[in-house]
Amino acid sequence: MLQAIGIRSVDDLFSPIPAEYRLTRDLAVPRQMAESEIVDWFKQRAKENGEGYTSFLGAGAYSHYRPVVIDALVQRGEFLTSYTPYQAEFAQGTLQAIFEFQTMISELTGMDLANASMYDGSTGAAEAVLMAVRITGRHSAVIARSVHPEYREVLSTYATHQAIPLKTVPFTGAGQIDLKELEKALGDDTACVLIQSPNFFGTIEDVEAIAEIAHKRGALAIVSIAEAVSLGLVEPPRTADIVAMEAQSFGVPLGFGGPYCGVLATKEKFVRQMPGRLAGQTVDKNGKRGFVLTLATREQHIRREKATSNICTNQALVALMVNIFMTVYGKIGLRELAKQNLAKAAYAADQFGKRAKVLFAGAPRFNEFVVQTSEDPYAINSRLLGHEIVGGLPLKKFYPELGHAALWCCTELTTRSMIDTTVSIVAESEGSVRSMKEVEQEVAR
Amino acid sequence: MKHMTRKAMRHISQNEGLIFEKSSPGKAAWKLPPLDVPDVDTTKLLGKQERHDLGDMPEVSEIEIIRHFTRLSTWNYAIDLGMFPLGSCTMKYNPRVNEFVSRVEGLANGHPYQAEKISQGALRILKTLSDCLLEITGMDAITLQPAAGAHGELTGLLLVRAYQESQGNARKKILIPDSAHGTNPATAATAGYAVENLKSNDRGMVDVAALAAQMNEDVAALMVTNPNTLGVFEQEIHKIADLLHAKGGLLYMDGANMNALVGKARPGDFGVDVMHLNLHKTFSTPHGGGGPGSGPVAVKKILEPFLPKPVVITKPDGTLGFEYNRPQSVGRVRAFYGNFGMFIRALAYIFANGPDGLRQTTEDAVLNANYIRKGLEGVYDLPYSTPSMHEVVFSDKLQSQKGVKTVDIAKRLIDYGFHPYTMAFPLIVHGAMMIEPTESEPKEELDLFIEAMKSIAEEVEEDPQFVLDAPHNARVSRLDETAAARKPVLRWKPENAG
Repeated sequence: MLQAIGIRSVDDLFSPIPAEYRLTRDLAVPRQMAESEIVDWFKQRAKENGEGYTSFLGAGAYSHYRPVVIDALVQRGEFLTSYTPYQAEFAQGTLQAIFEFQTMISELTGMDLANASMYDGSTGAAEAVLMAVRITGRHSAVIARSVHPEYREVLSTYATHQAIPLKTVPFTGAGQIDLKELEKALGDDTACVLIQSPNFFGTIEDVEAIAEIAHKRGALAIVSIAEAVSLGLVEPPRTADIVAMEAQSFGVPLGFGGPYCGVLATKEKFVRQMPGRLAGQTVDKNGKRGFVLTLATREQHIRREKATSNICTNQALVALMVNIFMTVYGKIGLRELAKQNLAKAAYAADQFGKRAKVLFAGAPRFNEFVVQTSEDPYAINSRLLGHEIVGGLPLKKFYPELGHAALWCCTELTTRSMIDTTVSIVAESEGSVRSMKEVEQEVAR
Repeated sequence: MKHMTRKAMRHISQNEGLIFEKSSPGKAAWKLPPLDVPDVDTTKLLGKQERHDLGDMPEVSEIEIIRHFTRLSTWNYAIDLGMFPLGSCTMKYNPRVNEFVSRVEGLANGHPYQAEKISQGALRILKTLSDCLLEITGMDAITLQPAAGAHGELTGLLLVRAYQESQGNARKKILIPDSAHGTNPATAATAGYAVENLKSNDRGMVDVAALAAQMNEDVAALMVTNPNTLGVFEQEIHKIADLLHAKGGLLYMDGANMNALVGKARPGDFGVDVMHLNLHKTFSTPHGGGGPGSGPVAVKKILEPFLPKPVVITKPDGTLGFEYNRPQSVGRVRAFYGNFGMFIRALAYIFANGPDGLRQTTEDAVLNANYIRKGLEGVYDLPYSTPSMHEVVFSDKLQSQKGVKTVDIAKRLIDYGFHPYTMAFPLIVHGAMMIEPTESEPKEELDLFIEAMKSIAEEVEEDPQFVLDAPHNARVSRLDETAAARKPVLRWKPENAG
């Protein structure tokens, strides 16, 4: 090859790099390893990572069973090692899969259409707010305090640099957004209200009432959904204008936080302001059905600085996991799956309620609930770790006003014996039970 | 087919409808274990919030699902089937060991909020990868949080803004060369900056004189890709950095083309202040049909206080942890810690290569690009004769005299069993054909590609209409994109079922 090119050594090819910037030593990275060593190294790390522990963590990352067909199919090289389907004739598989994904997400969220996916639920929610700003021409946003705290942090990062002021609305003793405060927070320059349902506490919000309040003031209603499995049993936010969903629950490994699968879904009239890729149906020269990426005039590679967003990639392979999961469970299975989640969490909340306080009992919830204890949840969790159990998420960092509270999650994978064992270990420190009224007073303070 | 191709021939391709068209009531591919807690009255628990209908969600059996997605997969082209010469996309082999280790149970099932005490494995992966990437780039500090390249660009510009605000002047403009990827200007706009274009010189590089004239105290940064999108190394990169630094500006490097530099040169050594990497390009994590990506951002010391939180730290007792107390941080750009699964794969790639392998990878990538350049020079127009690094840009100038454009040649390549190159980009080359073979291709595959491109050039001379009508052997012929955009059909509906 050197001869064909007409050079003496490979080094000649690097002569365009000025000599003073050429690296003349080895990189100080670990030495080359054999495959068996690589596998060993990562297996060691897995052992230091709570392998095999029982977990009650949710809070935006959910542990659901992943049917084995998912990995069998997504590891096919034709999916795994293909590129963004810009060359449609050579990527019909990916494109048709995206089209089916968009259809199922629209169906589940109660929206007209959905995009091919976003990075994750947090950035998707932020992009939804920017989208509402473009649609309404207004420049501020209202956000519920019961939205995932890290989603709010991401939105704050995005909004600050677009000069979009954010107002936060508190929650009630039932753990839902305070509607009176919401009305007060809305102004003539409010582009949208962003809520989450089920919200960060697992409580289901009254989307219809919230959307009505928003619409009365000319603002859009955006609903973030972090626990996608809820859609099997909880009425979707049909009156919302944009749904920003994290679809991780649908067959995506927890993977220490990523990669996940955000999705935006919306009403037909807003599609041209939606960021992200979209697959559309068309025909070829012979009239045969086919699929292409479409409405690209919204996107950065065409519009550059005038694009709806700078987003370039989607989460195609993760979206394919989600797609296969939705196909496996389908119309009946998704409901039954959601029902098991609801039942496990209801049982667990009952059991916890006998030994500690379960907050926000006044509103319906899905598979998460907040437990308040007399002992610091960090201490409780430390005790549970000794039994290889990962307890609920202590909320002090995000909601100091809730005191010794933790967010617990049960899914179809949580067994009754796990719940019973855990409750009894938690109960070791929980002598007295305060009344619900005391708790509400505490929240109000 | 006019000319025979050695790479590909037609074979039977299965037809497959949409999954909804196969659905019928009663079919199922799921089974839940018996409920071990008391059953619940959903109406009592959920009231008016209960959902009663899942609409048109499918009902199909497991074998139908396996066949459905397997059939769809056979309609895709992929690296596993052959060379994928998309310029600036770095479609290299995605090692299977990466997939294996990313699925090891304790890593795949790790929860982002589990206690640090039982997250030491994940933290060690974050730390080790960070250290390796810092060594490779010659930078001082890094965040792994951004989910993709464009997300990394946004993070990088937010860091620039935060730093300059701390210096008392937030500045308004970002300079971007006319050869830049579309995400650069889109990102600058998303970060709230005005975009000012910078013309390239006749060698395809940043025009240093033009930069000197445009540089002032309003300019926050220059976003440069190096090697640039022509595959050309910006030889005056240090002069560029000096010009910016003299007026308080910063140099941002888009690391999309880092595959030309790893082990051979380090951006931190030639004046770059902030850059992003694409783990899905340079570090072999799979593109997966369009994502997930991962776009870590590496910076010089001056930008470290502003990195997104949390950052990984080593505690006094030697264990690792997350540090949240970062008062000058730009905040979070994503929930949790980034696309962790991609970190595992990228680190496995670095382990499999080591220092020697990483250097040789870069050398092979550049060697392969130059071999293609030599093989096609004269057959296709080479608009810039400047030496190529890891990719080469031709144009359709010769073929367009017969009415055949870059898009037509690209579609004809499909018939030859190759994915097309990147077409019509960079914008500074009219009718661009941007080819990046990567190090993964053996000489035999490169020869097949050169042969295919030469054969198409002959076809253009003999029968241009045949090329204009391509592809001839794909499942579908050219698709009507105009109709798709004019009346968008973005989802299936029962009423338009055939």
